Amino acid sequence: MTYIKPKFRHPNLTKNKLGYTIDYYEGALSTLCAGCGHDSISAAIIQACYDLCIEPHRLAKLSGIGCSSKTPTYFLSNSHGFNSVHGRMPSVATGANLANKDLIYFGVSGDGDSASIGMGQFVHAVRRNVNMVYIVMNNGCYGLTKGQDSATADNGSISKAGSLNQFEAIDMAAMALELGSDFVAQSFSGDKEQLVPLIKAAINHKGFALINVISPCVTFNNNVGSTKSYDYVRQHVEATATIDFVPEMKEIKTSYKEGSVKKISMHDGSKISLEKLAPNWNPQNRQSALQAIHHARESGNILTGLLYINEDTIDLHRLIKTVEEPLNQLIESHLCPGNKVLQSINAEFY
Amino acid sequence: MTKAINDFVIRFANVNGSGSASANFLFTKAIFRMGIPVTPKNIFPSNIQGLPTWYEVRVSAKGYLGRREGIDFIVAVNPQSMLADVKSLRSGGYFLYDSTKTLDPNLVREDINYIGIPLMEMSNNAFTDARQRQLFKNIIYVGALSALLAVEFSVLEELLAEQFKGKEKLIPANIKALKLGVDYVHKNFSYPLPLHLERLNLTSGKIMIDGNTACGLGALYAGATVASWYPITPSTSVIEAFTNYAQKYRTDSNSGNNKVAVVQAEDELAAIGMVIGASWNGARAFTATSGPGLSLMNEFLGLAYFAEIPVVLIDVQRAGPSTGMPTRTQQSDVLEAAYASHGDTKQIMLFPSTPKECFEMTATAFDLAEQLQTPVIVLTDLDLGMNDHISDALVWDDNRKYNRGKVLSASDLEKIEKFGRYLDVDNDGITYRTYPGTHPSKGSYFTRGTSRDEYAIYTEDSAAYQRNMDRLTKKWETTKKLVPAPEINTGKNKIGILFFGTSLYAAHEALDILQRNEIILDAIRIKSFPFNNQVKEFIEQHDLIFVVEQNRDAQLKSLLLIEMGINPNKLVSVLNYDGMPITADKIAGEISTVIKHSTISLSTAN
Ligand SMILES: Cc1ncc(C[n+]2csc(CCOP(=O)(O)OP(=O)(O)O)c2C)c(N)n1
Ligand code: SF4
Ligand SMILES: [Mg+2]
Repeated sequence: MTYIKPKFRHPNLTKNKLGYTIDYYEGALSTLCAGCGHDSISAAIIQACYDLCIEPHRLAKLSGIGCSSKTPTYFLSNSHGFNSVHGRMPSVATGANLANKDLIYFGVSGDGDSASIGMGQFVHAVRRNVNMVYIVMNNGCYGLTKGQDSATADNGSISKAGSLNQFEAIDMAAMALELGSDFVAQSFSGDKEQLVPLIKAAINHKGFALINVISPCVTFNNNVGSTKSYDYVRQHVEATATIDFVPEMKEIKTSYKEGSVKKISMHDGSKISLEKLAPNWNPQNRQSALQAIHHARESGNILTGLLYINEDTIDLHRLIKTVEEPLNQLIESHLCPGNKVLQSINAEFY
Repeated sequence: MTKAINDFVIRFANVNGSGSASANFLFTKAIFRMGIPVTPKNIFPSNIQGLPTWYEVRVSAKGYLGRREGIDFIVAVNPQSMLADVKSLRSGGYFLYDSTKTLDPNLVREDINYIGIPLMEMSNNAFTDARQRQLFKNIIYVGALSALLAVEFSVLEELLAEQFKGKEKLIPANIKALKLGVDYVHKNFSYPLPLHLERLNLTSGKIMIDGNTACGLGALYAGATVASWYPITPSTSVIEAFTNYAQKYRTDSNSGNNKVAVVQAEDELAAIGMVIGASWNGARAFTATSGPGLSLMNEFLGLAYFAEIPVVLIDVQRAGPSTGMPTRTQQSDVLEAAYASHGDTKQIMLFPSTPKECFEMTATAFDLAEQLQTPVIVLTDLDLGMNDHISDALVWDDNRKYNRGKVLSASDLEKIEKFGRYLDVDNDGITYRTYPGTHPSKGSYFTRGTSRDEYAIYTEDSAAYQRNMDRLTKKWETTKKLVPAPEINTGKNKIGILFFGTSLYAAHEALDILQRNEIILDAIRIKSFPFNNQVKEFIEQHDLIFVVEQNRDAQLKSLLLIEMGINPNKLVSVLNYDGMPITADKIAGEISTVIKHSTISLSTAN
């Protein structure tokens, strides 16, 4: 089966400055479970690119493997896309960025993809300050392989198979801060109001920009340390005696004020607690960002918003001092020293 | 006493990290400058300081540049290995040792000649600084050798002048040390020895260079702009050479910025991932590694094969499996590379034999990878990569144009109704690609390792998957026409020899040895995989073929059998897998034994 989204041109859609309507930024029809948080993030990406008047062909989207990593097919069909191998998107994106610094690089990954198999690559992409947007669609489980715990699943949560997760969760945002990332944000898939501006800010940031987005898996969600989560899945899955049963649900939407804490009901009836940064939050202090994350975690909350930004960031190209012109546009006359030089090189070996 | 002019093997037994390498190289280079064919081999441990290392130099007026069994002269300055060193010397050979301490009676053999020189004492008396004392001990023995073996002193002076250009202050002390050695020999021994050197004119126009440097230069000339790698012996110096030359020839004169990006990756997975990302995005990119790295790169090589992304990978093979003997040579990644990755994959391989071929084949690898949109693995080995070899000088044809393959520009796209990334328009299995950012509304596509149709749309449709796999087979057929053809030397003999890579040197010498015993063989040197028709024809034309390779499992032979449906009885292996470069005696010996017991006649009647 092939999935191509039928294009309906809505006559009343407003055009952005480039003359594109929002559907120009869409992709193929999503094949994710109905109500999957990842689809909400795709929608936010589409909105952000439309708002920013991005020429889709000037953006390259890359991903690893997972439900989350499938999403680049579902947005920006006029962009080149690369669905690489599990956990290795960071290196592929790094190479792509090295080849042509003039495009926008949009990396999408999952918590399994980035916090387990791809942890090494994630960490090093942060360290190298590759100029890219890096979205982790974090559902605390392996969606595509049917719900195993991921390394971001909370200590104390119950896995789909009924066992207690006794391992400490990896906090992607805190880790990126520790590693020196100059843009660290956290959000929730259903909070378009917060997520769209964060994506825009990340695109505009001239270095590595992490957005860790809590994105519930409607089918295997168990990431919240809530005993209810497990119960819910068991009720529904076991009742039908088929693992393929996926409850039809609406995406979870939320909107809440800055500085407030909001409890959000997950599909399984469980709740996660999001704590929005105060409006007067100063995102230019790495230390206080780390402290705030830890503080929120102690109260059982997940802190959302732009936690930290350093606009004077120096990306990989500037660090290794590449020329202004993208490397993939250099031609033979720039690159090949020619036979005369080669003969002088030979002379070193006579 | 061994008497030999321009035909002997001398081995230096040193301690790793004691500064012997540059002294030994000075000696070798002087012989090369005297116009005498010479080939050095480093035999070193995986260690930075303190363990025994050997440097073996073969001098051969006949131009045999492979390793030869049997050592005629040993410079034994490592007490740790001295007993083994004494034992390894041929009867009648020469044993030069540091006589500062008296020789242990256990080390005395009646059938060899001892040359005791108080190297340490002389160095201690002449120099005050501890480091200098250590270093110049090595130079003193080079001086002694120059008198014993008739190395022209003026050549040594000339080489020191070149080596210390800009640091001329360092020259007099080196000359002083050389002269100490010379004078000691003049006073105490008759010289030159019956075994010595005489100037020839057989190296003019040649260079002495290691294969890794040549590979690095090949990548520079081929226009590589992205290199990503993870350090591993014996491949590290490929990237080092590339980086050094890039600093010189790829710095923008106005800005001082680099027309290249070299990134040391966190591991080989990331190294090849970056290459794939950069190539997908239209830069020429490469990586270099050795066996363990190749193993790690497997999944990505499958992605590159299936998503059809150019990759240039230089695999400098070492002895495996696992960490194996990391500082010893082998040709044991052949099968691993040929079918790298899970699923149905086949990878292009190139097999250089000389530094010149390292240069040329690395450059060719970039053209092939882009023409065929697939990985190209250049398989060299530690022997070729890390040892200096006499080679024809490198040449670049200034009229040569990079072949970037089928890449559509924005104006090309304007002329196309509908772009299909995996659509076989030309019926050669090679489809057209676009770089990201080319055209606002045409030419974008989504690539992936998962099945897709001709328009790069995700599908799990069986027929579409199979069509794609069959097209990749067609591309493989096209590949056979594009990869370097084998080098063939046929007469009317019914028996042949087949070899590749660094077995070339020993094989050529073995053919001469066999000829002296009236065994004349046809020869084929494989330069690439897939094998093309000429390889098939050669095998069909012969009754028996000896397949020479440097691994235990006869990997190339297996590949020939798998790929070409040959009668297995036709191929007889000659295998060397002790980690040392193969020798002519080994090849000739095994072949003559087999032939003696075989019923096949050597040549056809007509
Ligand atoms: C090398 C490798 N190992 C295992 C897999 C199987 N696999 C596919 S997706 C996945 C986990 C994905 O989890 P995550 O990144 O969190 O994505 P999600 O589906 O939850 O969005 C695994 C283990 C694979 N594709 N490749
Ligand atoms: S399994 Fe979970 S993560 Fe995957 S598509 Fe379904 S809801 Fe989304
Ligand atoms: Mg996940």
